[in-house]
Amino acid sequence: MAATNLSSLSQVIGDNEAKVLTEWMSLLREAGALQTGRIKEAELQTQARGFLDLLRKALSTGADSLSAPPYEPVKRLLSEISQSRAVQGFSPTETATFVFSLKQPVFGVLNRSGFDPLAVAQLTWQTTVLLDQLGLFTMEVYQKSREEVIVRQQREIAELSTPVVKLWDGILALPLIGTLDSQRTQVVMENMLQTIVEQAAEIAIIDITGVPTVDTLTAQHLLKTVAAARLMGADCIISGIRPQIAQTMVHLGVELNVISKATLADAFALALRRLNRAVVSVKPVAAAGDTKSAS
Amino acid sequence: MDRIPILKLGSALLVTIQVDMHDRLATALEEDLTNKIVQHNAHGVLIDISSLEIVDSFIGRMLDNIAAVSRVLDAETVVVGMRPAVAITLVELGLSLTGVKTALNVERGMALIDRKRESYVVDDDHVE
Repeated sequence: MAATNLSSLSQVIGDNEAKVLTEWMSLLREAGALQTGRIKEAELQTQARGFLDLLRKALSTGADSLSAPPYEPVKRLLSEISQSRAVQGFSPTETATFVFSLKQPVFGVLNRSGFDPLAVAQLTWQTTVLLDQLGLFTMEVYQKSREEVIVRQQREIAELSTPVVKLWDGILALPLIGTLDSQRTQVVMENMLQTIVEQAAEIAIIDITGVPTVDTLTAQHLLKTVAAARLMGADCIISGIRPQIAQTMVHLGVELNVISKATLADAFALALRRLNRAVVSVKPVAAAGDTKSAS
Repeated sequence: MDRIPILKLGSALLVTIQVDMHDRLATALEEDLTNKIVQHNAHGVLIDISSLEIVDSFIGRMLDNIAAVSRVLDAETVVVGMRPAVAITLVELGLSLTGVKTALNVERGMALIDRKRESYVVDDDHVE
């Protein structure tokens, strides 16, 4: 019984490192790791060598559980690799294959190691367990990184889709796109109130053309926004309620005790009138479609 | 005990709240203001809360109370200079101060009171 623990495996891998690496690389290449062009061969090779090296060091301590301290560096490297894969847009399979494809070359060198068959079987089993754990760990990190990406994108979408536009001196417009949940209402409200202060606006037009549905909750959110604007001394006009939505609101018994206009243009006209301004057409010469505001 | 100064500005009274309001101060203000409205025969009350950072339901109710009392004495209350964060807090507390007029700053608040006095139209805000 020459060797049944993992430190002897480390020895075997150390003796045949170049061979394992070459075989592993060719397997990775077969699996199509380089086809998409998202990673260069040299980079992949560096990652593979680094991983193998760290794994060998961890194995040499004889520890066989992933939670043991010697595996910390291995896990750290794997997390890094996995995270970068997630960001680069690799598929889960491609990411996991990086670890799982190491099995074949390792078993290969084990078979040729000259240990007695029983020891080889034992070691093969231990290696399988270990590499499976590492593979799962990789997937876990990959998944977590993807989730982070999703959360960040959600936040960005929320910010992107709640602009506050200045239409005229003292008139703001808030074109709302997408569903209005409480979190977005908060962002909308903050943006709007901040802009009211900055622009010294008197009227804010909330345009809900892009809001797909208005239920009681959405209506409540809208009313909250209107109330907050009023507290800041600005009036709100709601515009762009689509026919179906208007019907739904009446059926639901939702009442918005706010001035509402069918279109943003109507709301803008009302806002101008409130500020004692008007859009008049200019008759003479070439500039026929030109409009001008007179105060 | 500290008291919040009340300044006479034409036919209106100006109250600038520059310290954190605690409840006793708020009650005192309510009392003082009522007396001053009668004393000066004021037609408007401007409450500037631009430096007020913290509000609670008590302060919100105080503002509502002042407005109600002033209305009885024929004076219009205008709360001016509310900060965005304060506005959000009040709305979340469910206090939208429906009885109070609001304006962005003292200047606009003053203009609002003057307009009300001149036109003598009770509610020209919602005329189409």
